Amino acid sequence: MDNKKDVKGFLEFVYEFYKSMKAHEITLVYEGEITHQITKAFTSLTESNMSKEDEPNSVQRKVFHVMVECLQNISKHADDFTSNDYLFSGRGIFLVSKGENEYSVTTGNAVENDKIEYLTELLENINRMDKEELKELYKRQMKEGRLSEKGGAGLGFIDIKRKTNKELEYHFLPISDDTSFFLLTSTISRSDN
Amino acid sequence: METIKIQGTEDTPKIILDAGNDILEISGRSLPEDVSSFYEPVLNWLNEYAENPKKKTVFNFKLTYFNTASSKLLLDILMKLEEMHEKGQDVLIRWHFPEDDEDMAEAGEEYAEIVDVPFEQVPY
Repeated sequence: MDNKKDVKGFLEFVYEFYKSMKAHEITLVYEGEITHQITKAFTSLTESNMSKEDEPNSVQRKVFHVMVECLQNISKHADDFTSNDYLFSGRGIFLVSKGENEYSVTTGNAVENDKIEYLTELLENINRMDKEELKELYKRQMKEGRLSEKGGAGLGFIDIKRKTNKELEYHFLPISDDTSFFLLTSTISRSDN
Repeated sequence: METIKIQGTEDTPKIILDAGNDILEISGRSLPEDVSSFYEPVLNWLNEYAENPKKKTVFNFKLTYFNTASSKLLLDILMKLEEMHEKGQDVLIRWHFPEDDEDMAEAGEEYAEIVDVPFEQVPY
């Protein structure tokens, strides 16, 4: 009896979840480990969907760029955690939604609290910059920056802002005394310009 | 000198480094899982080639997409070619981009601003 109730409750939750996805126009959602294989699978899935829907090439290319950089940000920074048994290490949530006028790509992953200040400064700095400043920053970072052990070049956020021409929206939600959940949303306009 | 031929995949570019037939080319998509190790043979090959280059060196880039990590390695390749140019060798970069891809055209312009080497933009 109890079990039946649980199953019914769960299925009702699935339906609510489904409705909620529809209401928010979410076309893809994933929670789990983010690897190179996952990055490849999601980008090619989204690409074939956009192509079926005759999305302009320039929009397809921008969405592809943003997805790759967002996913690689998580997979390349996943090991930043000092405690190796940490539940969230290497994992994250990934969402793509498609509205009438824009696509949005959202990622969420756990970060250590002592990274918040650095990330906030980095993102605020990028958000403040105009096209020309971003271009100069990208060039400088490409020349002078070094590849991290996992191949991060510190260029991802700059590239997203340049490609979308929109501010990066972000939010930190506390998980524990040491960690927070870092959410980042990038929007890509669907008008071809 | 040894020829390098790497078939392109959905996340790695096609690479041909064939000094005998004057074909030096990187084309397709570049978002390898490990950019440094993917491009290492290319940089090693160029180092060896630079010691004894052909009279004229034309390097073709015909990429449709590259991620930010690849952009840094592409710059390393361009800087190697710049070094050859500085030593008085005849070097030309041809940067091919799809006609409707402004971002790829702009990426070429930016590289041309960073490295001092003859650089040709080729829309297709």
